[in-house]
Amino acid sequence: MNQRINITLKLFAQYREGNFKVEQRVCKSGTTPQDIIDELGITKHLPLGILMVNAKHENEKYVLQEGDTLSLFPKVGGG
Amino acid sequence: MADMIYRVNMATMSFKIEDVPADWMGLGGRGLTSVIVASEVDPECHPLGPNNKMVFAPGLLSGTSAANSGRNSLGAKSPLTGGIKESNVGGTLAGIMAKLGVKALIIEGIPEDDSTFYHIHVSKNHVKIEAVPNLVGKDNYFVLDAMEKKYNKKVAVMTIARPGEMKMLVSNISVRDPKGKLRSYGRGGLGAVMGSKKIKCITIDAENYKEVTYANSDKFKEASKIFTKSLKDNPISGEGMPAFGTNVLVNIINEAGALPSRNFRTGNSENAEKICGETMAENIKARNGSTTHGCHAGCVIQCSQTYNDKDGNYLTSGFEYEMIWAFGANLGIDNLDTIAAIDALMDDLGLDAIEMGVCLGLAVDAGILKYGDGEEAFRLIKDEVPNGTPIGRILGAGTGYLGKLYGLVRVPVVKNQSIPAYEPRAIKGQGVTFVTTPMGADHTAGYAVGSNILNVGGTVDPLKKDGQIELSRNLQIASAAIDSTGMCLFIAFSAIDDPVCLPALIDMLNARFGTTLTGDDVTNLGKMILKTERAFNIKAGLTSADDRMPEFMKYETLPPHNVTWDFTNEEIDEFWNF
Ligand code: SF4
Repeated sequence: MNQRINITLKLFAQYREGNFKVEQRVCKSGTTPQDIIDELGITKHLPLGILMVNAKHENEKYVLQEGDTLSLFPKVGGG
Repeated sequence: MADMIYRVNMATMSFKIEDVPADWMGLGGRGLTSVIVASEVDPECHPLGPNNKMVFAPGLLSGTSAANSGRNSLGAKSPLTGGIKESNVGGTLAGIMAKLGVKALIIEGIPEDDSTFYHIHVSKNHVKIEAVPNLVGKDNYFVLDAMEKKYNKKVAVMTIARPGEMKMLVSNISVRDPKGKLRSYGRGGLGAVMGSKKIKCITIDAENYKEVTYANSDKFKEASKIFTKSLKDNPISGEGMPAFGTNVLVNIINEAGALPSRNFRTGNSENAEKICGETMAENIKARNGSTTHGCHAGCVIQCSQTYNDKDGNYLTSGFEYEMIWAFGANLGIDNLDTIAAIDALMDDLGLDAIEMGVCLGLAVDAGILKYGDGEEAFRLIKDEVPNGTPIGRILGAGTGYLGKLYGLVRVPVVKNQSIPAYEPRAIKGQGVTFVTTPMGADHTAGYAVGSNILNVGGTVDPLKKDGQIELSRNLQIASAAIDSTGMCLFIAFSAIDDPVCLPALIDMLNARFGTTLTGDDVTNLGKMILKTERAFNIKAGLTSADDRMPEFMKYETLPPHNVTWDFTNEEIDEFWNF
């Protein structure tokens, strides 16, 4: 279980402040979006709005796979 | 004094002030404009002929102290769709009309002498119509300046520019906002209807009005407080929208693979990062602009902004996602400043940003300009369209006609109105709204992007058909009702997510009018409006066959999800079973 996977991590709107827009990461296999959210601490001030993996909505417990793109947004809207 | 109906006849150059008929009494905004158009306009009339009418009506709560209540509706038969149209706008108009006691302003007929254009000035118990030869051939800001000089800085102004005078289908009607900039009755070619009646501008007196009255002002204040707090506490209307404006959507919709690009060929744009709301907010900050601006007094959300150029000089405001999408993703211009300059130009010329932008996206397929060529797009809009040159006329007729003239198949319109900013194949609930709304492809008619993408009001998988018809139906019913209150649609984020918001809105209505409306009454109002509009369209010759997506979306798969528009006709027609 100490296999590593490569993922792309993208942050949007207020989550970018003090962080980054996009980053390539190597993580342990079995990593979930929740692990990444906890590590970044981004939801302390603004709750999670939208979580997408490879352009599809997923939840925090999804198990990330090699090559996945994870996109995180606070609650935002427009129209 | 009771509210009255102001009726202006351009054929006889006269006006009448009438009592409000009993069955119009409880209506405002879209509910009132659609009911009046349906009862007074022959659905088979030529939209630019003598028998079409323009009906302006403030919302039921406009003019009150309620937050975000300053939207004004305009109804008519649309020359673009051939069906009924309601378009609504912020600016100072709704509040001023309501305080003057104008329940609706109805304009009918066409002047015999069509050698000039006219200015209509509405004041308490009076309407003045005068020829304004000196304004003919001028554009919006010129007219705005002239009216501010003639009256004062507060006067409400509605105006058309040269494209409206020429009755182009991409023309809109512009309305003055509190800062002296412009907002618009954007869609459906309503500028052409105003042009057909030879009306250059309409002003509403802002000096001699009375404040609106309340049946129970204490109750109103109480409900209004709850309502305002709900909007401010909501993470979307309270934080996201003021910080990034509606343009925050570029990245989200792009990430979801649903940002129509290259005339609806893919759901991703390589330009997203350059044109997104985050980049826009950075530019605004660095250039001393402002991310917050309300399109009318009393807006507590302030999704609008002031966008400056590199030297810190004002470039544009009201810089919306749909505009930026049309020129940035669909037409491929990768520079926000260029898009902002086009936005400002189109404000002055009174052009519908969506219709014009989608039309230019299609013009790339027609070989008229190259993908991403912002300079040429600017030139076409500045030099060809408003001068009515042959190519200007062609582009000024909108996407549907351009497609026909050039023999194109991939023409993204429903009921001849351009599809905005959300790829229907990849946000299927929004697609249902585009095909079923009586308005032609219009995103505000039932914003399914909320539950399909934004996780607002539940979650419905955007790539599946399940639940989409019902979702769109419920949203369209709610939107028709909200459009009648004068509320900006962005209250919906709070109305859907916060259980105190909608009851507070209904309490405000009851406290204003002394009524005992319930949630069910509001839903029934929404249903009545939709059915009235649909009935008008059927008499006008629009059938179920017009509730359809352009065929290419049924056989062409859209990357990255490789999806098609796969609803059957029977599934779509189910929409109207209510
Ligand atoms: S939220 Fe935006 S559209 Fe709505 S009233 Fe405020 S500025 Fe106007």
